[in-house]
Amino acid sequence: MYATNYHRASSVQDAVKLQAGADEGKYLSGGMTLIATMKQRLASPSDLVDLRHIPDLKGISVNGKSVRIGAAVTHFDVASSAELKAVCPAICDLAHHIGDPHVRHMGTIGGSVANNDPAADYPAALLALDAIVVTNARGIKAAEFFTGLFETALEEGEMIVAITFDAPQRAAYAKFRNPASRYAMTGVFVARRDNGDVRVAVTGAGADGVFRHSGMEAALAANWSPDALAGIAVNPSDLMADIHASSEYRANLVKVMAKRAVAAS
Amino acid sequence: MAKVKMTVNGRQVGSDCEDRTLLVHFLRDNLALTGTHVGCDTTQCGACVVHMDGRSVKSCTILAAQAAGSTITTIEGLAANGELHPVQAAFKANHGLQCGFCTPGMVMTAVDMIRRHGANLDEATVRAELDGNICRCTGYHNIVKSILAAAAEMAGAQQAAE
Repeated sequence: MYATNYHRASSVQDAVKLQAGADEGKYLSGGMTLIATMKQRLASPSDLVDLRHIPDLKGISVNGKSVRIGAAVTHFDVASSAELKAVCPAICDLAHHIGDPHVRHMGTIGGSVANNDPAADYPAALLALDAIVVTNARGIKAAEFFTGLFETALEEGEMIVAITFDAPQRAAYAKFRNPASRYAMTGVFVARRDNGDVRVAVTGAGADGVFRHSGMEAALAANWSPDALAGIAVNPSDLMADIHASSEYRANLVKVMAKRAVAAS
Repeated sequence: MAKVKMTVNGRQVGSDCEDRTLLVHFLRDNLALTGTHVGCDTTQCGACVVHMDGRSVKSCTILAAQAAGSTITTIEGLAANGELHPVQAAFKANHGLQCGFCTPGMVMTAVDMIRRHGANLDEATVRAELDGNICRCTGYHNIVKSILAAAAEMAGAQQAAE
């Protein structure tokens, strides 16, 4: 790892100031991606601004159907929140299958969302749940937030404070995980609203990151059942291919994971 | 270079280190607590697992500076008064190790999972909870057996105490 300067922020304001004052500053949350990347010398921020101790970034609150998850809430705390489980068990289940127990004790929802790894789990949940990414400056709809591979709508120095969404009527996440990395080789989050609106968001498969599948959404809006997806075609031309799976294989996985998610919802 | 202070195995410690120093190196090189191992160095193998503020974490992917002010327990902090911790005793009794390199991380992971699951631990849960720990000797069977034995033993001891 290259040399860096560590700072611990006490408030959102403090963090923004520390980052702005640094040469090439980076926000540090759980560090489960950033520290690992720095160890490989693939990132070399001059300064790290640790967000883990900012009170405003902590805690989960559920008010009726309205959910707010602080950016520094760990995957473990999302997975084990009884309040959250009561209104949206799908997101708890998703968090429970990120990485391994030790990673879940450190990694945070804000860190995962800000990094926008194309194989990360949370982007699918946020997109399917029509979540808002609340930053120190504004609220950004998930659909506008995830802009490409490791790319987001965050401006320089802007930081995520919380994720908010309204709990859906039904939802579930199904993931085919890479057995070594635990990342999604394909993950599908399905959600249905009281008004019949359906969203299907896919992670781990898109060549451009997380995406919605409108064909599946229409089929499931008409008939919320795995069978409704039988005739749906998933086009492999926009999907990733790597040593783990070809685009065609991932196209099939999208369908299989979507069916499993609907069955589990 | 900054002085990093934390509580390790019940003892207040402070030592100068660079901001980029990893917690595992701080423990091993600055504090001479070499029981915590560096296996893969890529956050996968779990040989470096310690407890930070009561939760299992991978100390090769945390800066010592991030851990400043926290309470750390390492494998050296488990045994009390010369008596092995029940999890250590169970690993010994069930031959839960082969070469032993992954053992500190396995034991710290086991203590954490027993804390969370208690007597409800079953084999499938233990195996799922070991997702972040790799045994290169592939000696998982006896590791799982050791953890289940320790969980039962600790639940029994707790019941007896109540």
